[in-house]
Amino acid sequence: MRIAKKTIKFLTIATIAFFTATAFASGTDKKHDKQNDGGRVNTKEEVEAYILHHIKDAHDFSLFSYTNDEGERKHFGFPLPIIIWTSEGLVSFMSSEFHHNDDGHVIVEKNGLKFVKLHSKILELDKGAATVSFDETHHATNAHKVIDFSITKSVVGIIFVGFLLLFWFSRLAKQYKTKKIPTGFARVLEPLVLYVRDEIAKPNIGEKHYRRFTGYLLTVFFFIWVLNLSGLTPLGFNVTGQLAVTACLAIFTLVIYTISGNKAYWIHMLWMPGVPVLIRPVLAIIELAGALIIKPFSLLVRLFANISAGHIVVMSLIAIMFTLKESLGIVGATGLSLVLSFFITLIEVLVAFLQAYIFTMLSALFIGMAVADHSEAH
Amino acid sequence: MYNLIGAGLIVIGAGIGLGQIGGKAMEGIARQPEATSKITTAMIIIAALLEGLAFGALFLGK
Repeated sequence: MRIAKKTIKFLTIATIAFFTATAFASGTDKKHDKQNDGGRVNTKEEVEAYILHHIKDAHDFSLFSYTNDEGERKHFGFPLPIIIWTSEGLVSFMSSEFHHNDDGHVIVEKNGLKFVKLHSKILELDKGAATVSFDETHHATNAHKVIDFSITKSVVGIIFVGFLLLFWFSRLAKQYKTKKIPTGFARVLEPLVLYVRDEIAKPNIGEKHYRRFTGYLLTVFFFIWVLNLSGLTPLGFNVTGQLAVTACLAIFTLVIYTISGNKAYWIHMLWMPGVPVLIRPVLAIIELAGALIIKPFSLLVRLFANISAGHIVVMSLIAIMFTLKESLGIVGATGLSLVLSFFITLIEVLVAFLQAYIFTMLSALFIGMAVADHSEAH
Repeated sequence: MYNLIGAGLIVIGAGIGLGQIGGKAMEGIARQPEATSKITTAMIIIAALLEGLAFGALFLGK
């Protein structure tokens, strides 16, 4: 009963805070470049553009947007800080100054430099240029890229999940000092921690070394899993569907198994015993390519492709509402979209766990190969 | 155009591979139901390796 009361109190506060924040953050802008329907997403091309825009990282955290009767486009969300390293040094401003424009028409002037946002990328205009000009493939000709350190939507997601995990697991760890069994939400986490330790770390790394790597495996498992699940909420995160994020995680695993590899691992990689001497250099090249390129590459591409594909499928099925409106009628299209997207979302919940599991499992497997004792004959 | 044909070929190959893995795992489980968890783990690992290969090819062909 006490827990229920606490939960209700928390939910109320969260809802109030959420609506106050969005009410202040709501902005208005007129779409002068789009057609007369105020930038609604209706046709197949617009749906495709919208999905591709969602898959990418964004400089502002938009929750939803609608068009009012006057044809004005209203956006609800938070602006995020933009921090960029330009030709004149560090420049920072809020992303609200772009007024949700993403095709380079709104120019922001800071420190005598002009910036535009084009397809979720910040570009710096060359000296003397007043507006962006495009070549026939819609690439900007008189603007160049800057080094972007912005707090983007993905970075917000990572920080949010980081603090969430810190909060959950520090509470779980604290409870073991006073109680025999954890209570509350920690009771959900404990079996998952034990599962990662007993089913992933122990059998793959071995009894002798697993304790050293369990911390990393637990971190990576819960980080990926919670981020995958948060991608299924209407917050619109696609953090584990960003190549930069998955590449970073894969590089962590690469560094860990490369550093902790023992003597036998390196001998088997560079000078394989038990095969003719002439074949040994060839095998060394294959083994090195496998360990340093193929293993991390398969880790990063698998996670990225699975999560991105999941997001594309869910959004495409939701978009059936608009794309098949003419042929099926509004009720038919909405019903079909509802049923299909509901079941795909259920499958995505499974995929969210499975991908976290596979990433952790393969990391454990690679680490296990690097630290395995080769004393037994083979 | 050609990369679409390539994508189709990749998916055919991955489908055959996944079918083999899944089918053999099912047979194994039917023969020895007590080894289900071990077989499932091994199946998921091999499926993940295959999937990584297929996704890598799709990614490079894009």
